[in-house]
Amino acid sequence: MSGHSTYVPKSDAGKWLEERLPIISLMHSAAVSMPNPRNLNYWWVFGGIAMFMLIVQIVTGIILAMHYTPHADMAFNSVEHIMRDVNWGWMLRYTHANGASMFFIAVYIHILRGMYYGSYKAPREVLWLLGMLIYLLMMATGFMGYVLPWGQMSFWGATVITNFFEVVPFIGDDIRTLLWGGFAVDNPTLNRFFSLHYLLPFVILGVVVLHIWALHVPGSNNPLGIEPKTKQDTMSFHPYFTMKDLYAIVLFAIVLFYFVFFNPNFMGHPDNYIPANSLVTPAHIVPEWYYLPFYAILRSIPDKLGGVVGMFGAILIMFVVPWLDTSKVRSAKFRPAYRIFFWIFVFNGILLGYFGQVSTTDDFLGIHGVTNLLVSRISTIYYFGFFIVILPVLGLIEKTKPLPNSISEAVLGVEGAAEEAALLAAAEAKA
Amino acid sequence: MADASKLEQPGRRDFLYIATGAFGALGVSVGAWPLLDQMNPDASVKALASIEVDISTIGEGESMTVNWRGKPVFIRHRTAVEIKASADVPLSELKDPQTDAERAEKPEWLIMVGVCTHLGCIPLGEAGEYNGWFCPCHNSVYDTAGRIRKGPAPLNMEIPEYEFLSDTKIKIG
Repeated sequence: MSGHSTYVPKSDAGKWLEERLPIISLMHSAAVSMPNPRNLNYWWVFGGIAMFMLIVQIVTGIILAMHYTPHADMAFNSVEHIMRDVNWGWMLRYTHANGASMFFIAVYIHILRGMYYGSYKAPREVLWLLGMLIYLLMMATGFMGYVLPWGQMSFWGATVITNFFEVVPFIGDDIRTLLWGGFAVDNPTLNRFFSLHYLLPFVILGVVVLHIWALHVPGSNNPLGIEPKTKQDTMSFHPYFTMKDLYAIVLFAIVLFYFVFFNPNFMGHPDNYIPANSLVTPAHIVPEWYYLPFYAILRSIPDKLGGVVGMFGAILIMFVVPWLDTSKVRSAKFRPAYRIFFWIFVFNGILLGYFGQVSTTDDFLGIHGVTNLLVSRISTIYYFGFFIVILPVLGLIEKTKPLPNSISEAVLGVEGAAEEAALLAAAEAKA
Repeated sequence: MADASKLEQPGRRDFLYIATGAFGALGVSVGAWPLLDQMNPDASVKALASIEVDISTIGEGESMTVNWRGKPVFIRHRTAVEIKASADVPLSELKDPQTDAERAEKPEWLIMVGVCTHLGCIPLGEAGEYNGWFCPCHNSVYDTAGRIRKGPAPLNMEIPEYEFLSDTKIKIG
């Protein structure tokens, strides 16, 4: 579906530019004439929302960098300066901090939508890989951003995460020293994290462009998981999907700004309002909520190397999902067994998030003798089992439901689709 | 597109379309304002916007330069000769006509922002043809009241807002 632009420049200036750099027809085909399946549901708006959140983060981030001082002695106070002195500084910082969370929410829903409807399957594997790369870059960016306020959670989060690299055989110690620029997390660490935190969002933006490019070659998947066959199965991106996405962005922004204006520290940790102290660790050290499931996997494995491998493996395994899933049918709508395992996977992920922030030795929901650690291990096994066992095996043995002939038939019924096709043909003949 | 008769009688849909667009444009403008306004002076800058200066140590014929809002402010205790030289100048001779009384609230105290009105350099004191100030950057010459007399600068040096808190103390800004 690439090169489907219907753009014809009308003005002389437009023709002049089109011959030299066809950028307007490129944008036209990406955001105006792109044929989208007509049956996309509201789970498909989260890509646009994620894009919107990336822009919000970049704009507010550039502004915060105008007022922030990346120095161990001044960073904490400069953040307070932003909160108290800078015009609208409190609003911009709260938007950036909550924006990060909302960006992750949008991206998690976006990924899970892809998993439910099998959007990663051929011919969309590269699209999926680029998306996963964006997610990985987001994790790195979010982590480094959380270090910048230089509070207690910033400092000790940075210490814990950088210590992961110590488990690399032979050169782990050297890698860690390299990351720190010293013998512990200190000013050099803060400086380089600031530099990279500013750089990575633009790298993400670049990969987003590739992600959209890779989307436009095969076109969007859809809730039925079958390819559009005729013009009747699609609608142009503008105005139908631009308006729908815009509407969803407005609703999503209401949620974002509820947090910004009414509950700005809900997703943060109060300890990060204590300046970093390299001599005292907070009693409970917890990462940002969006890392919690992976942190739970780390803690559930009783071995330092194994824990770190498990945690990174939990993210990296997502990259190979297109090749682990053997099912010919994309959408979970026609895969009754997969649908159940999928929802268990979602619930299990939330459960892992819960285990990421509770004490491992406490009883699970007060059940005597059943510790959080035990249940989190079962959760971890399910997490990996879903990818390694369920996805490959289920595809071979599952009895799927019959697929509809076309998107229009599924939407309008066989007779309705035929009637519409006749009307379209008549209209075209008249034109 | 709609035909002419429809355009003459806008319908409910046209109204909604325009109202939504207008509301959206308003929303974007309101949202954009904080993104711009954050670059204006913040509270910590504004808190330092006025300073108090003790002028009791400045003898007649002496000057002091103080830092006010990141710029030099010249405080000159003028001699009777300087005051007279300035006051005797007919306004018709001036490029930016101002009387000496307009330049100095108390004739013996000239308080002005020491920034050349040409391109922002700091002029040298007790220098130049009029024994006032002389800007070395592009040869602007100011008299003993800081008024432009020769050279490319268009205006007299700026008189900041100030008040005498007592005979020996002033507040600038």
